[in-house]
Amino acid sequence: MSGLKTVEEVVASQLNDANSGVNFSVGDTINVHYRIIEGEKERIQVYQGVLIADKNRGVNRMITVRRIVANEGVERIFPLHSPRIAQIEVVRRGDARRAKLYYLRDRVGKSRRLRDQRRGLKHIQ
Amino acid sequence: MPAALLGRKLGMTRYFMEDGTNVPVTVIEAGPCVITQIKTQDSDGYSAIQLAFEDIKARRSTMPLIGHDAKADAAPKRFHREMRFDEDKMTEEYDLGQNLDVSVFEGLMYVDVISTSKGKGFQGGMKRHNFRGLEASHGVKRRHRSPGSINGHATNLGKGPKIKKGKRMAGHMGNERVTVRNLDVISIDTEKNLILVKGSVPGPNQGFVFVRESRRLNKRKARLAKG
Repeated sequence: MSGLKTVEEVVASQLNDANSGVNFSVGDTINVHYRIIEGEKERIQVYQGVLIADKNRGVNRMITVRRIVANEGVERIFPLHSPRIAQIEVVRRGDARRAKLYYLRDRVGKSRRLRDQRRGLKHIQ
Repeated sequence: MPAALLGRKLGMTRYFMEDGTNVPVTVIEAGPCVITQIKTQDSDGYSAIQLAFEDIKARRSTMPLIGHDAKADAAPKRFHREMRFDEDKMTEEYDLGQNLDVSVFEGLMYVDVISTSKGKGFQGGMKRHNFRGLEASHGVKRRHRSPGSINGHATNLGKGPKIKKGKRMAGHMGNERVTVRNLDVISIDTEKNLILVKGSVPGPNQGFVFVRESRRLNKRKARLAKG
């Protein structure tokens, strides 16, 4: 048998390396620079919010970013390796004690905020 | 030249196109294949080439097959399949022992994939033929997934008492040859012998598949393929 190749190996070239160097984790406030194509033109839209979930591995990796727009919660799910993502930057490091921050959906007001990780040893890049 | 190759289905994933759209793809490791026999009208009564794929330990093959492969100067192979042609002339561009790799699909927009579907065992009418079953209530007792009436036994074949042939009922499902036509070719990797097709392909991962150039395109796809 010609070696049991797996799909993960063979599609490694699909990974978008625009964000490979960025070190972010759940709880951080991040800026997602998203390419928007309008007819011929292409522009970049920045979406800022709290990273509340990081799902799947490899080319399927998805991140959920939550923000408050006009007093209404908005969540966008981005395929991390999509070529439409131009850049990801960390604005603020949050201190999250669990992997999925779905409880933030039920929070209102000040309790919606996350502790800054700078209290600890880690700091903003 | 009708292109065809044998291969293995590796699995499914997603593929981002240049414009950022994202398509579901099946990754197929196709070839390299060796031509182990060329059949002509004179020798066999029809025209075809026989392709062989994947080396196998000699002790796992059989003597007749080892000899057959050796005629084409090839090591023993696991899979052998024929690709039929309409006339002898089309086989002339192939030589015995010639290697074919995934580059034969270059420039093609659509392929057919033939494979054996996953076996589902003995299944009822609802799963096997998409019957609706009976109602959940209104007096239905212990017959909720039954196929219902299978019609009268007397009249169908003239002489009865038999049910009409081909009546869809419960039975063995899957594990049969399935052809999926006109799958889009998303990309081809000649280095790793991979072909990525849009959508799903019958059979399990690591299953054996036969990939060939599309034979029956609908009008729209035919126009696109001509470019």
